[in-house]
Amino acid sequence: MNNLLVLPILIPLCTAVILMFLKEQVLLQRFISIFSGILNLVLSCVLVSRIHEKGIQTLHMGGWAPPYGIVLVGDMFAALLVLTASAVSLGILLYSFTSIGPERERFYYYSFFHFLLVGVYGSFLTGDIFNLFVFFEVMLISSYAMISLGGTKHQLRETAKYLLVNIVSSTLFVAAVAYQYAAVGTLNMAQLSQRIAETGQSGVLNVIAVLFLTVFALKAGLFLFFWLPGAYSAPSSAVRALFGALLTKVGLYAIIRTFTLIFTSDPHFTNGWIAWMAAATMILGAMGAVAYNDIPRILNYNVIISVGFIAFGLSAGTPDALDGTVYYLLHDMLGKGLMFILGGLIIAAAGTDRLSSMGGLIKRYPLLGWSFFALALTLAGIPPFSGFPGKVLIIRGGLDSGMLTLSLIGLGSSLLVLYSLIKVFRLAFWGNPPDRELPKVNLKGGTAVAAGLFVLVIVMGLGAEWVNTYVSQAGEVLGSPWLYIEAVLKE
Amino acid sequence: MEWMMAVAVGILFTVGVYLILSKTLLRIVLGTSLLTHGVHLLLLTLAGLKKGAAPLLGNEAEAYADPLPQALILTSIVISFGVTAFFFVLAYRAYQAHGTDDMDSVREEEQ
Repeated sequence: MNNLLVLPILIPLCTAVILMFLKEQVLLQRFISIFSGILNLVLSCVLVSRIHEKGIQTLHMGGWAPPYGIVLVGDMFAALLVLTASAVSLGILLYSFTSIGPERERFYYYSFFHFLLVGVYGSFLTGDIFNLFVFFEVMLISSYAMISLGGTKHQLRETAKYLLVNIVSSTLFVAAVAYQYAAVGTLNMAQLSQRIAETGQSGVLNVIAVLFLTVFALKAGLFLFFWLPGAYSAPSSAVRALFGALLTKVGLYAIIRTFTLIFTSDPHFTNGWIAWMAAATMILGAMGAVAYNDIPRILNYNVIISVGFIAFGLSAGTPDALDGTVYYLLHDMLGKGLMFILGGLIIAAAGTDRLSSMGGLIKRYPLLGWSFFALALTLAGIPPFSGFPGKVLIIRGGLDSGMLTLSLIGLGSSLLVLYSLIKVFRLAFWGNPPDRELPKVNLKGGTAVAAGLFVLVIVMGLGAEWVNTYVSQAGEVLGSPWLYIEAVLKE
Repeated sequence: MEWMMAVAVGILFTVGVYLILSKTLLRIVLGTSLLTHGVHLLLLTLAGLKKGAAPLLGNEAEAYADPLPQALILTSIVISFGVTAFFFVLAYRAYQAHGTDDMDSVREEEQ
C-alpha cells in the first residue's frame, strides 16, 4: 500500500479543475500549470526510486483488496513511463506558452492539457482492465477537445474522422471487455492473467486476445494507422507534440501490458500477429515518411515507424528485446516530443510547412538547425544519443529469436527515418532562402525548451548504463508476469 | 434467452456499421450511437441473463443479478453520452463551416 501512486493522477486532475475557474487569467493559468508539472516530475522521480528500492508498489483504492476493488499498480515499467511522460509534458507545456496563442489559452487549453495527462498517467498506473478503458476515454475526450480547439475548417474535418475512429475502437474495447468477462469472470489484470494461465489460452481466449490487439492497435497506430497522419496534421504544433509523444505510446503500453501479463499462454499465436503487424507498420510508415514533402506528414509517419519498431521488440520477446522495448519506448516519448517541437519551430520560422518553399534557415537559426540535425541522428539510432541502446537490444533480441527478416526491416526503417529527417534538414536549412518575406518570429523560448529536452536525450544516451539499472528492472517484470501477480494478489 | 439477445446485438451492430459507412455526418453519428447500444446489450448479455432479483439487498432474495456488468454499462453509457454530445456539436459546427454534411464533398474541398 502506497498512497504515492495516486498522486500522479490526482495532481493534474486537481490542477485541471482549478484552471477551469481561471478562464481569463492566462498568466495565473500558466503559473499553476508549471507548478503542477514540476510537482509531478519530482513525485514521479520519488516513485521511481521507491520502486527501485522496494519493488512493485500497489494501492488498493478505498481499502478493498484486489480482485474486488480497483488496484493501482506501480511497477518499474509504469513508473518510468510516468516519469518520462511528466518530463516531456512539462517541456511541451513550456513550448505551449510561446506557441499556442492567447485565444486558445483562454478557452481552457491548459485544463484540457491536464485532463489529458490524467488519462495518460491513469492508463499507465491502473491494474484493472475496465479502469484502463475509463482512463483511455479521459485521455481521448481531452484529445478531441484539444484537436478541435480553434475550430478551423481543417481541424473540424479531421476531428470528425479522429472522433469516429476512436468511438469505434472504444466500442470494440467494451465488447472485448464483455467477452473477456464472460470467459474469465474478472476485470483485475493480475487475476485475469492467473485464471487464463490456469485454464490455458483456448480458442475463445485467442479470439479475445486478437480483439484487444485490434483495439489497442487502432489507438497506437500499429498497422491500423490510417487515421493518424491526417488527424495529427490538424492541431497546432504544441498539441501535435503532446499527441505524438504520449497518445500512441499509451496504446503501445496497453499492447505491451496485455501481451506480457494477460495473454501469455500462447505466445506463438499472439506474437505472430504482432510481428506481422509490426513489419507492415514499419514498411508502410517508412514509405509515407519518404514520400511526402511537407513537414507535418513526414513527422507523423515517423511516429508510425517507431510504433512498428517497438511492437517488433515486444514480439521478439526475449529478455534483451523486452529491455530494449522499454528503453526505446522511453527514448521515443522524449524524441517524438522534441521532434514535433523542432518541427513546429521550423514551420514558424519559415512561415510554411512545404519543404519546396523553404531554404537557407541555417544562417538565421543555427542552433535550431543543428539541434534538428542531432535529432535526426538520435531518432535513427546513432551511438552517442539515446536511440542507440534500445535499438541494439531490440535487434539483438530479434536475431536471437530467429526473426531475421524483421530485424532487417527494422534496420532498414532506421535508414529511411534518417533519410526522411535529413531531407527536412537539407531542404529547410541549406540552399538559398526563398524570395518571399520571412516572418519575424521570436523562437528563443521554444529553442530553449527544445535544448532542455535535448539534454535529457543526451543524458539517456550517455548514461545508458545508469538508465539500464532501472530499465532492466522494468524488463524483468515484463518477462516474468508472476512477479506482478504476486505483488498485486498477495495477502 | 441469450441467443435472442445475441441476434439483437448482431442486428444493432450491422445497422450501426452500415450507417457509419454512409456519407452524411448525421447518419454517421446515429450509427455510432447504435453501435454503443449494441455493445451495452452485449455486456449485459455476456454476463449472464439468469433469473434473480434486482441487485438491491433490501429484496432479501435467494439470488441476485450480477451487479458488476450493470455498473460497467452505467459507466459506459455516461461516457458514450458525453462523446455523442460532443460529436453532434462537432457535426453541427462542421456543417456550418463547410456548408455541407456530405463527407465526400468535405474532402474534395481540400484539394
